[in-house]
Amino acid sequence: MIEKVIKNEEDCRDFGLALAERLKPGDVVALIGDLGVGKTTLTKYIAQGLGISEMITSPTFTVVCEYRSGRLPLYHMDVYRLENAGDVFESGIEEYMDGKGVCIIEWADMVAEILPDDTICVFMEYGENEGERIYRCAF
Amino acid sequence: MKDKRFLTLAIESSCDETAAAVLSGGRDVLSDVVSSQIDIHEKYGGVVPEIASRHHLTAVNSVIDEALAKAGVTLDDISLVGVTCGPGLVGSLVIGIAAAKAIAMAKNIPLVGVNHMYGHVSSNFIQYKELEPPFLSLIVSGGHTNLVYMESYTSCRVLGSTRDDAAGEAYDKVARVIGLGYPGGPKIDRLAKEGDPEAIHFKRVYLEKGSFDFSFSGIKTGVLNYVNSQKQAGRDINAADVAAGFQEAVVEVLVNKAMEAAEMTGSDSIVIAGGVAANDRLRKELSSACDSKNIKLYLPEKRLCTDNASMIGCAAYYKYQALGDDGLYLDAYPSLPVDAQIKISGDGETSW
Repeated sequence: MIEKVIKNEEDCRDFGLALAERLKPGDVVALIGDLGVGKTTLTKYIAQGLGISEMITSPTFTVVCEYRSGRLPLYHMDVYRLENAGDVFESGIEEYMDGKGVCIIEWADMVAEILPDDTICVFMEYGENEGERIYRCAF
Repeated sequence: MKDKRFLTLAIESSCDETAAAVLSGGRDVLSDVVSSQIDIHEKYGGVVPEIASRHHLTAVNSVIDEALAKAGVTLDDISLVGVTCGPGLVGSLVIGIAAAKAIAMAKNIPLVGVNHMYGHVSSNFIQYKELEPPFLSLIVSGGHTNLVYMESYTSCRVLGSTRDDAAGEAYDKVARVIGLGYPGGPKIDRLAKEGDPEAIHFKRVYLEKGSFDFSFSGIKTGVLNYVNSQKQAGRDINAADVAAGFQEAVVEVLVNKAMEAAEMTGSDSIVIAGGVAANDRLRKELSSACDSKNIKLYLPEKRLCTDNASMIGCAAYYKYQALGDDGLYLDAYPSLPVDAQIKISGDGETSW
């Protein structure tokens, strides 16, 4: 695991754009971290890196938002409210991991059992200073 | 013998309410039935899509039967079926649509799909019989925050939208942070009345000058930072002050942007809609802002602010008058844009 100090939104943007460059069809990105840590903000920058022109808004209400204007389709999910394995199975989110697009899953630790082995995990935490975040990931 | 009036049967199932209504003409509600799932979702801290879908399935037929019975009519009296076709949760939308299609086909009645957001705006036509477009509308709900200029009954121009969280969503998330539970809106509204809105100042986010877009993600993070810093310092938080301070920040931005948009569009009336329109603080602040500018404010009754089928029936009626029916190719469109008006041609080609 590599630890990255994200000092401000600029750093978050650079991280998101760099991550977007290496994404390929079928990739699953797991964003793990507390409320307010910036999961949707990071997703915006990954989407920007994928060339998506639509506005990325929080998927909390609809669980899944699809965006198709970029280099790859993006499926942005928030699984916070899926309570158990049954809900997860019936929500159909596994069907999005079919290899055509990229899945970004917020609160992915809550659906750990369905994540593929090669999931790209980003653990996000608050840093010591205001606005600072710590990302831990394998790249 | 078929009823002489033009009766619309409307069905709504886009989120956590299964609802049906019968209207005479566009604005006269004969019956309005809502089967809410809030009790179930309260347990989960929000709407759980699959659970919502299953409950819609259980409730939809009895809700429709009750709406017809309360209106004193049968399916043979119905001239139009209207149903919400988006935006919303796909699993929930399809239940209402399947029920609507079945009725339309069995009874050979025209069917129209309604954009839920046009429905919210239309709730005002039911309450205010004299209201006619054009006007400015502020739509605030769990999934949406929009400023739109309604050009006619069936078309609008979006002036601004949220860039991250919807206002109602920010309420739900902050309610979770301070331990109030779901749904967050009414709970924060109630608690805020006991708090001091000036005690804690949360940053207002206006974005770049002249923009009518909204951003509520930062306020949520601000509340979270405040609560965490208090906890770390070993201090108890005053939940009522947090609720009041948060609400003040959200309401101030909503009111100021709405007033600016009214000025820009030269609107002399503002219409509010959506679940958050039931918020007491927003109603009060917007009322006084409109009074000072001589703008007429239309505030729908609280039961018309939350999801209901009457508003869908009203929007369906006007859409049918202007654009005709959609037919049985109608489908669910979960990410339907706010301003989109679904139109399906006879051979099933869909456009908006």
